[in-house]
Amino acid sequence: MDIITTENLTKTFDGFTAVDHIKFSVKKGEIFGFLGPNGAGKTTTIKMLTTLLYPSEGSASIAGFDILKQRANVRENIGIVFQEPALDTELTGRENLDFHARMYGLSPEIRKKRIGEVLTLVDLLDKKDVLVKQYSGGMKRRLEIARGLMHSPKVLFLDEPTLGLDAQTRRAIWAYIKQLNKDEDTTIFLTTHYMDEADFLCDHIGIIDHGKIMVMNTVDALKKSVGHDVITLSCNDTATLHKRLEQESWISKITPHDSMLTLGVERGEEKIPVIFDIARTVNVTISSVDVRRPTLDDVFLYYTGRSMRMREQQVREAPNIGMKKPARFRLRWPKK
Amino acid sequence: MNQKDFQAIYMLWLRQMKRFLRAKSRVLTTIVQPLFFLFILGFGFNIAVFPGMEGSYINFLAPGIIAMAILFSSMFTGVSVLWDKQSGFLQEVLVAPVSRLSIVIGRTLGGATIALFQGILIMIIAIALGVPTVSPASLLLTLVIMVLLSFTAVGFGLIVASKMHDFEGFESVMSLILMPLLFLSSMFYPVNKFLPDWLQVLSYCNPLFYMIDGIRGSFTGVNYVLPPLVDLGIILVLCIVIMGLGTYFFNKSEA
Repeated sequence: MDIITTENLTKTFDGFTAVDHIKFSVKKGEIFGFLGPNGAGKTTTIKMLTTLLYPSEGSASIAGFDILKQRANVRENIGIVFQEPALDTELTGRENLDFHARMYGLSPEIRKKRIGEVLTLVDLLDKKDVLVKQYSGGMKRRLEIARGLMHSPKVLFLDEPTLGLDAQTRRAIWAYIKQLNKDEDTTIFLTTHYMDEADFLCDHIGIIDHGKIMVMNTVDALKKSVGHDVITLSCNDTATLHKRLEQESWISKITPHDSMLTLGVERGEEKIPVIFDIARTVNVTISSVDVRRPTLDDVFLYYTGRSMRMREQQVREAPNIGMKKPARFRLRWPKK
Repeated sequence: MNQKDFQAIYMLWLRQMKRFLRAKSRVLTTIVQPLFFLFILGFGFNIAVFPGMEGSYINFLAPGIIAMAILFSSMFTGVSVLWDKQSGFLQEVLVAPVSRLSIVIGRTLGGATIALFQGILIMIIAIALGVPTVSPASLLLTLVIMVLLSFTAVGFGLIVASKMHDFEGFESVMSLILMPLLFLSSMFYPVNKFLPDWLQVLSYCNPLFYMIDGIRGSFTGVNYVLPPLVDLGIILVLCIVIMGLGTYFFNKSEA
């Protein structure tokens, strides 16, 4: 059963299309990941699905409820951990959780029990009566994740759940996401630009870039589509070598990037000497070579023609592309 | 409206109380600032003689100061939606499975409680300074008008917050809308036949005029223009319209 379906979901901000007619579905009980660089349209999609933004075009349904016509029903069935902090810093950690619990109508016993549980999970029990404004960035993030888990929703949206967290906390949160997905049968929709996170957590992923879904499949199938092994090599004349290697049928795909070539092949370690021989015939000197099993990074490169790192650089240089919300909301009130 | 909505209203109200009491500087400012007006302006103008004004200037000024304190405090509550928008907390509120109406009601009640606390405090100080009162029943009417004024101002603040783009926008609203409204409200000087015609006409067009006139009529019982119950009727209509618009705009806003 599909718990999330979208139909041509689109959002434009002042002529810039952040999400462009996307169509996908998420099955009940799975962990679905939206993988893409910053500014690809991940957060905008989540905001539309969670009724925080009105789509410019198209629609979607969550747990059978339309996000335009049955907004209250949608909100009852979802939980969200926002990418940007959404805590009241003038309240304590416990008060923030209490606020959330009451807004979601939890009974006093459940409220008390869950607050204890989630605070223990994120290791903030001893800080529960400290004002959130005195929390560190990592502590705030952990509190937000704890809050998203409070009311055991049917679908939990996690927008970059471990952004800016240390390795140890990330691992702990990953484990809890998995456990929550299994024990409480919560469908999880997460966005991330960390390949390892998507790899570790997700059953299905969709790769999103420039507001469009480039490809959607299981993590394994996507990796297989790239080739059994991936060879990355750098040399003094990529163009010539690229041209020559295109004649070889045993290479499934050649992608040039960052003055390097990435090849998808079978039994990579046996192909290295062959490649060196070919390079010598066209007078190209190979300076370094690397063979490995494909990662999601290679998948991203394969479907977008760019590595994630390059794509993010581009976004930084062209700030309009990275716009997540209208600039008018971006003001900062001076601190008292 | 179900039980969940009422719990949400209570929670939003409680949040405002906690925030207000923890912001020591805000508590201090909101109490002290009207007192500056009351004491400095009040005693400063006390020697002046306004044609057609009964009693001392402080008696005349006190109702206006009460209204001003409530107006500022309540507007701040409405506009503070913008703070929540910036801090991201508004998203947390908006995705909760409660109706937008109960969010507006919770915020309004929170703002009104704080504003009323300030208004009553000034009232007590004014009475201690010798400002006359009509009767306990009449004071009750004053309180009702104060509550309605507060609701209206929160609604106005919500409209401003949904239309406002930045901090400069807030400054403009304060100086271009709020200041003229205050000056034309009969807060500082009596609106009567001695004024130029155009100033009288502008004052009668000012919603705030009826609020201050109503408080003056029911609280001190002197220098008022319309019977307090007539003011009450006008204020009630204004309040419903502005609150309705505020809720409408808040409903439409995206986080």
